[in-house]
Amino acid sequence: MKRVRLTSGLGFYGDHWNPVLAAIERGEVDYVCSDHLAELTLAILQKDRLKNPTAGYARDLLPMLAHLWPSASARGVKFVFNAGGLNPHGAAQAVQKLFVEKGWRARVAVVTGDDVMPLLDHLQAEGNDLRHMDTGEVMTSIREQLIFANAYLGAQPIAKALARGADIVITGRVADAALFLGPLIHEFQWRRTDWHLLAQGVVAGHLLECSGQGAGGNFGAANIWQRIPDLAHIGFPIADVGHDGDVIICKAPGTGGRINFHTVRQQLLYEVHNPAAYVTPDVVLDMSQLSLKDLGDDRVRVSGAIGAPAPLQLKVVAGYRNGWMGHIVIGFCWPDALRKAQAVAETVRTMMHESRIEYEEQCTEFLGHNTFLGPHAHHPEDDDINEIWLRMAIRTNDKKYADAFPRCFPWLALSGPPFMGGFHGIPAASQLIGVWPTLVARESIEDQIQIEVLEIA
Amino acid sequence: MKLRLAQIAHVRSGDKADIADISLFAWEPLGYAVLKKCITVAVVQKHFAHVWPDHAAALDANLTVNSTVKSTVNSDLKSAVESFSESDSDADSLSTAPQVARYELPNLLALKFVLRGALNGGAASSLRSDNLGKTLGAQLLRLTIDLPDKEAQPVLQATEKVLADF
Repeated sequence: MKRVRLTSGLGFYGDHWNPVLAAIERGEVDYVCSDHLAELTLAILQKDRLKNPTAGYARDLLPMLAHLWPSASARGVKFVFNAGGLNPHGAAQAVQKLFVEKGWRARVAVVTGDDVMPLLDHLQAEGNDLRHMDTGEVMTSIREQLIFANAYLGAQPIAKALARGADIVITGRVADAALFLGPLIHEFQWRRTDWHLLAQGVVAGHLLECSGQGAGGNFGAANIWQRIPDLAHIGFPIADVGHDGDVIICKAPGTGGRINFHTVRQQLLYEVHNPAAYVTPDVVLDMSQLSLKDLGDDRVRVSGAIGAPAPLQLKVVAGYRNGWMGHIVIGFCWPDALRKAQAVAETVRTMMHESRIEYEEQCTEFLGHNTFLGPHAHHPEDDDINEIWLRMAIRTNDKKYADAFPRCFPWLALSGPPFMGGFHGIPAASQLIGVWPTLVARESIEDQIQIEVLEIA
Repeated sequence: MKLRLAQIAHVRSGDKADIADISLFAWEPLGYAVLKKCITVAVVQKHFAHVWPDHAAALDANLTVNSTVKSTVNSDLKSAVESFSESDSDADSLSTAPQVARYELPNLLALKFVLRGALNGGAASSLRSDNLGKTLGAQLLRLTIDLPDKEAQPVLQATEKVLADF
């Protein structure tokens, strides 16, 4: 029976591609599926695009391909990337330029149609009030602050692009698991209504989309992470998938990390919310009967995914300008490190009041003390605290207050409590970006999907 | 005896918009039965009360006040506690209490918790250092439960066995 092997590419914009090379050279993979777009990566890409209209894609696509293509093309390995971000055509042109310089040949397919900004007026006119999926709020005032709105497309356009002979598929926003399901649909000719097969494919994709997290990276236990071998050379997970939906998760020989029942189930449930109804564009996945069988030697068999019909609406995530953050970090040495940081925080609050710095919210953290554990941190005696870093941040609608805020600090070096250090300058105010998830009828989005093929010879 | 969840479980947390998503995994079936019994929606809501500063006060006066006094965690929480003492009898504040959803997965020896509105607006709107809620899982591992020795010991022994084979 035919089997296909997929590997994780990157798990986010900024991930490392050496483990992908190991999968290509030693993992006998057929496809590299690479997820460059976290929920808010599009906000970063929009900032790039405003500065330069040819930008707006995940630029790590280029050095990654430059590094991997010689090994991949020699083995017939194909790539699916969502690195196109807000500008998949720009990404494809940049790839073309790279390949022409190197003298490489490839057929590149570009999938577009996820951008729904141009559709919003029409959708609202038709009666879709673009309600926030989580809060139920109707989209009104923030509409003018929107900077992007992109739908999560499914696996079908990727499968179609591969059917047109693409070696490299570049998309914008697609569901993360669709990057993996696309090649499986193409290779196995799974039908749109093969719900259980599609569900198995989505599980495989979901287990791979976060790269090292599917192989023992970020394993959330006490005193166990040390026992996961050679994280420095972690092998990203590989899915070995059969035509009948059999899925085995494994990794390339000679790589670090660990694939077992525990590491796989951590990734299986990652960010899925309701595990009995994980909604993807291609199928609604129910994991409640799913079984993970540890086969040993870093291999786990996944079976029992149940699929229900695909949703009638697609998820759209919009980002909007949501005020400004002013922030600063400053360090305090023993003695009384924590008490001094607390005193300075109090002084700064008084200063903000006196100099009429307006803000909606203020956050004070004592780095090295309770930033991450909050009220569940334990409390050493004052003399046992070597040093503490004070971080303060404010949320404000007016950038001038965000800019003014960190300027409340430097003078305290000479006029505040003693032994203050590690002052690294005044950070620039940050634009805060809000996320607005909403639902849109799938046909209004799918009507605008286009696949274009570019021959680089 | 008191057990910290870190002794019998592992965890991973993440985010979607302003929703924190935490999975809690027992190392073995006896531990799962304990988690299933002890880690209820109410327990999780109390444990994470501070992540909803607007709501923290409404949950449990004693718990919130104690943890605040000890931790001096941040001024937002402090003001939430102060506002609690002012609005002590405000029954409405409970109806706006944060929503925690809990799912049981016996096939994976896991519980899933979904905490709405828990991320200070979510990723790029958050003022927090951990804007993605990645460390909320560690906070859950700090939770302690009180179990009769005869119930706790078998879990610890079985867990030790599984860990030896990890």
